Amino acid sequence: MKKLLLSTAFLAAALPALAQEYTPDPNAKPGGMITVTYKDDVATLDPAIGYDWQNWSMIKSLFDGLMDYVPGTTELRPGLASAYEINENGTVFTFTLREGVTFHNGRVMTAEDVKYSLDRVTNPETQSPGAGFFASIAGYDEMASGTATSLSGVEVIDPQTVKITLSRPDATFLHVMALNFASVVPKEAVEEYGTDFGKHPVGTGAFKLGEWSIGQRLVFEKNADYWRDGVPYLDGVTFEVGQEPIVALLRLQQGEVDVPGDGIPPAKFQEVMGDPEQAARVVEGGQLHTGYITLNVAMEPLDKLPVREAINMAINKERITQIINGRAVPATQPLPPSMPGYTEGYEGYAFGVEAAKAKLEEAGLSDGFSTELYVMNTDPNPRIAQAIQQDLKAIGVDVDIRSLAQANVIEAGGAGQAPMIWSGGMAWIADFPDPSNFYGPILGCAGAGEGGWNWSKFCDESIDDMATKADSMTDPSDPERLKMWSDVYMKVMEEAPWVPVFNEQRYTMKSARMGGDDALYVDPVSIPVNYDYVYVTE
Amino acid sequence: MAGYLFRRLVQSALILLGVSFITFVLLYVLPADPVRQIAGRSATAQTVENIRTQLGLDQPLLVQYGRYLAGLVQGDMGRSYLQKTEVSTLIAARLPASLLLMVGGIACELVIGLTLGVVAAVWRGRPLDQGLMVTSFVAVSAPQFVVGLLLLYVFAVQLGWFPIGGYGTAAHLVLPAVTLGIMGSGWYSRMMRSSMIDVLRQDYIRTARAKGLTRSRVLMRHALPNAILPIIAMIGIDIGIFMGGIVVVESVFGWPGIGQLAWQAIQRVDIPIIMGVTMVSAAAIVLGNLLADIITPLVDPRIRLR
Repeated sequence: MKKLLLSTAFLAAALPALAQEYTPDPNAKPGGMITVTYKDDVATLDPAIGYDWQNWSMIKSLFDGLMDYVPGTTELRPGLASAYEINENGTVFTFTLREGVTFHNGRVMTAEDVKYSLDRVTNPETQSPGAGFFASIAGYDEMASGTATSLSGVEVIDPQTVKITLSRPDATFLHVMALNFASVVPKEAVEEYGTDFGKHPVGTGAFKLGEWSIGQRLVFEKNADYWRDGVPYLDGVTFEVGQEPIVALLRLQQGEVDVPGDGIPPAKFQEVMGDPEQAARVVEGGQLHTGYITLNVAMEPLDKLPVREAINMAINKERITQIINGRAVPATQPLPPSMPGYTEGYEGYAFGVEAAKAKLEEAGLSDGFSTELYVMNTDPNPRIAQAIQQDLKAIGVDVDIRSLAQANVIEAGGAGQAPMIWSGGMAWIADFPDPSNFYGPILGCAGAGEGGWNWSKFCDESIDDMATKADSMTDPSDPERLKMWSDVYMKVMEEAPWVPVFNEQRYTMKSARMGGDDALYVDPVSIPVNYDYVYVTE
Repeated sequence: MAGYLFRRLVQSALILLGVSFITFVLLYVLPADPVRQIAGRSATAQTVENIRTQLGLDQPLLVQYGRYLAGLVQGDMGRSYLQKTEVSTLIAARLPASLLLMVGGIACELVIGLTLGVVAAVWRGRPLDQGLMVTSFVAVSAPQFVVGLLLLYVFAVQLGWFPIGGYGTAAHLVLPAVTLGIMGSGWYSRMMRSSMIDVLRQDYIRTARAKGLTRSRVLMRHALPNAILPIIAMIGIDIGIFMGGIVVVESVFGWPGIGQLAWQAIQRVDIPIIMGVTMVSAAAIVLGNLLADIITPLVDPRIRLR
């Protein structure tokens, strides 16, 4: 207990939000099943592999990591760790595990499992898309290059204690430990199922997998031995896959579906919102998302700053948000407004055709030029691309739209072949609520290489240095650190490698019998809903 | 017959080999990198290269194809890049649903198409015939997505006669099978109409009439069996058409078949699944044509296989 107090005392100074706990809903009553639909089949429930927004929340309910978030918020709280200590310079994290937590197979979870899970996710043979998040753990490089099979920085002190040493301070490390990739898995189950573990998940989470009929449905059953008291409320969740969003909406209206996982289809949005009875069951919330146009700084004439500024000024962001029925707010900068480090009061490049033309003239291109815009070929992205095309036509820039499948756009962007890309359908949604997550892979030098996600190929070493400095501070929410991140993005905006266009809002529709705080239906971490805390009223 | 069968089987194997090679090459030259899809957006260059080596995607095209083929002849279609599950398991889990839908769809198009065709032929040149032929033209051209949603809205949502999508009972099968059937029925009604008109002009029909047989007896016993012959070969070809159309219908009705699997795999460049579904579909088409060729001489003694 002393340890817990100590650690909270340290963190009370460092992370004031962390002390908050979730107050259970007094109206919640246990029992009942809900039905959630998806268009796409669930690819995997292996926490080391799953990396799409659909399986992210499902995996969250089956597994736990050492850290977690307060439901409906972006505030960290301890998960499988009951307490933790951080040394002075922020490079050693000592986690104390909760007593008596069992896996779905009945075995007690220990520190060995934590170590095994981190070794597994960073082992190249696992092919985890999340391995890179653990790069700050000592011994990561040896794992990545295949010269070690175990992370030297992760030590089991005793069955309830694990010590993690970092090779450099990493302000985001606690967030990393809350990622699904850091979920604790039982070695014997992973070894039993091998690569099929993703179809036979065994975790410590609030739910366990009951049934999986490939292509039809998955049934999650309540974990009666769940270590958090009182939750989950639901007896289970049925996920029906292969359902078109429009069909899911019809079924919701008939009372057959509780939450359409893919949301309200764009074509039906106004109809639903125009009906007060239905609109009352739609919960709106922000999300950590920015839609942007990348301007390839390595290609002529986009290598000239005035040209990039001109394009920033030429785009009518208000009109583009109207194209998607106002389901977004215009953006001024790379970070979304709900992200710490967002620069309040920054206006961005104001919309103005004349100012934009003047900038083109400054670049010696008063007659305009021709370029290409790559875009993913699913609605509404081609329509948005057409709006961009018209906006740029107004300043004399001829845009040829290349509408392609997602994988082809990503390939063209990574290879540096695309002068401009509209990010819709592939836009960055934060992995965790920290400003650093919008920099490295998409604006930093690290992502600018061949194949990286920095499609602008923008690489400014002085900005990279600022980012590194900000991330070597131990406390993620230190105002000084957030100021540094704000400065990073302001510097980026001066160089204008992007046109930040809008921040999408989330709209979750639910059936009349669904209960629980609205925040649970726009949970920033669990999309569409936080299955552990919602309940049904009938 | 045995010699013919043997020749056709060898031909079929060669066709499948060709399909596998062409598909493999097309996927290889596709400007999309499957490794990027596996590695995710946050991966370092090293992670990407590790995965590429592990999957053997750094090898030359012919080496990769050779490896795939060596697996395929042993019944190993590889593992999905993203799901990590055996492709054969994924296809086996979904194939029964697709086959059921296909059988249902063929039954529907035959019932609808043949009936309309006969009716149109008997009343040929009359308004009923013209009306039916226009309808069949619309049926052939209507997008299945629209037809499916329309049927779903009217018969499942409004009338509540059938479940709104899904899989499991006979009631679930009706609407998707009818949607598929409506498309196919357009072809069948036209084929049946012209074939029937042709037969009705034959001497033996006149003879039958002259014997004093009733009109319905002439139609059902003398005309229909002869008019239906050319249709049988079409069913085999239809399997191929259905393999394409089934993707849309499966997605509208949430039918858990291989069409959905293929569609999602294409989005994510999951090459082993794309290859697997292509090979299974191609095998079905080849088999369908083979069956049609074998059945035709059994029902029409004038045709011999050599």
